[in-house]
Amino acid sequence: MEAFFANFDLVINGFSWTVRLTLLSALGSFLLGLVLTAMRVSPVPLMRGIATTYVETVRNTPLTLVLLFCGLGLSSALGFTFTENVEWDVFWFAVIGLSAYTACFVSESLRSGINTIPLGQIEAARSIGLTFGQNLQLILLPQALRAVIGPLGSVLIALTKNTTIASAAGLGVIEASAQMKQMFDKGIAPVIPTFIGFAIGFLVLTLPMGFFFSWLARRMAVAR
Amino acid sequence: MTATPLVVLEDVNKHFGQLHVLKDIQLSVQSGEVVVVIGPSGSGKSTLCRTINRLETIDNGRIMLDGKELPAEGRGLAKLRSDVGMVFQSFNLFSHKTVLQNVTLGPIKVLKKGRAEAEKRGMELLDRVQIADQANKYPAQLSGGQQQRVAIARALAMNPKVLMFDEPTSALDPEMVQEVLDVMIDLATEGMTMVVVTHEMGFARRAAHRVVFMADGEIVEEATPDEFFTNPQKQRAKDFLSKILSH
Repeated sequence: MEAFFANFDLVINGFSWTVRLTLLSALGSFLLGLVLTAMRVSPVPLMRGIATTYVETVRNTPLTLVLLFCGLGLSSALGFTFTENVEWDVFWFAVIGLSAYTACFVSESLRSGINTIPLGQIEAARSIGLTFGQNLQLILLPQALRAVIGPLGSVLIALTKNTTIASAAGLGVIEASAQMKQMFDKGIAPVIPTFIGFAIGFLVLTLPMGFFFSWLARRMAVAR
Repeated sequence: MTATPLVVLEDVNKHFGQLHVLKDIQLSVQSGEVVVVIGPSGSGKSTLCRTINRLETIDNGRIMLDGKELPAEGRGLAKLRSDVGMVFQSFNLFSHKTVLQNVTLGPIKVLKKGRAEAEKRGMELLDRVQIADQANKYPAQLSGGQQQRVAIARALAMNPKVLMFDEPTSALDPEMVQEVLDVMIDLATEGMTMVVVTHEMGFARRAAHRVVFMADGEIVEEATPDEFFTNPQKQRAKDFLSKILSH
């Protein structure tokens, strides 16, 4: 393990990009997931259609393809850029791809959460004069969110590990797995201990997430 | 009683698929009147109740509240719904909100009242249904009878023009029925306009101004409680009464 620790600054640098990718993609996918969920339960058929089509298309596309599309399609072919700084430019494309993909799973979780709410409560909300938007904001989403904290934790853990696909799909973000590959390529790290070291690094990130979300789910549970 | 009825249904028809659940319904309810709707299961009485605040759409006909036809959707409909209070068989309190929050949500979000004002009024209403001491509990911590009284307070908080009750005591344990009926009788005595779908014949006799008997989607008979229970005119009503009053 000594060789692994000798390059510990590289390891930390790799994981720092993993964490940044995870946090920003989590935020992006949560917001997009909320919008998709709102559209999917909306009374307007066109909204429901658009959201359903989006979710079914994107979640059934391999993440590698989604990220390749962001890199080769949006960035190279269509020429979109976020910033002159190349390192950050590919980072933002990775965030877009991961958010677009993960939002489908956030939305599916939230929708199953909404389905746990008795229809009567929705009718009661309508009968006191709440509009659809108010109903969503005050009655549906608060209860749906609490019901799906556990599943959302699983989505976050999957997202954390999915960040490694960004570099595999050619977006040159030097997150943990890309860093590990570079260390191998440079011949500065022994293979087995380095694999183990990086695997433990991911556990250090994801295990606490799992515990935290389980705890939060218990704490926030709505008694019925 | 005023001359213009508060609620008017004209030629209302509704189908669920092949089933004709409301057949040419004509009904008007005067301000301050308590109308009890009774009838066998599946006769369309709950559906009738739910059409009045458009939780169910109708196929044709007209429903008017205070002289104005029900808007189809949007903000106009939301406003109208807040004028028609609804109390459900299964209470339907918001499980993630406290008793007081259940009662103040509508006034704050729909009537745009200040929190302090809404809470003051909310506590008055909870006091009126004798549950003020439970104001900070969650619905799951209350008995069915208590939950239903909170639901009545929640409906009253919107200052509705009319209150609809859809079998409000049917989901309650027998010993809790009376506490809910007592609240309803108080409301009736105070002049609240009410449409009550119920199997509680005692309530119908005591509090109703008029009994509407429905069967197979039609209004079969309308009469004062006294006339209806002692001298029903139609055979269908006689059959129904003989079944429920014989034991």
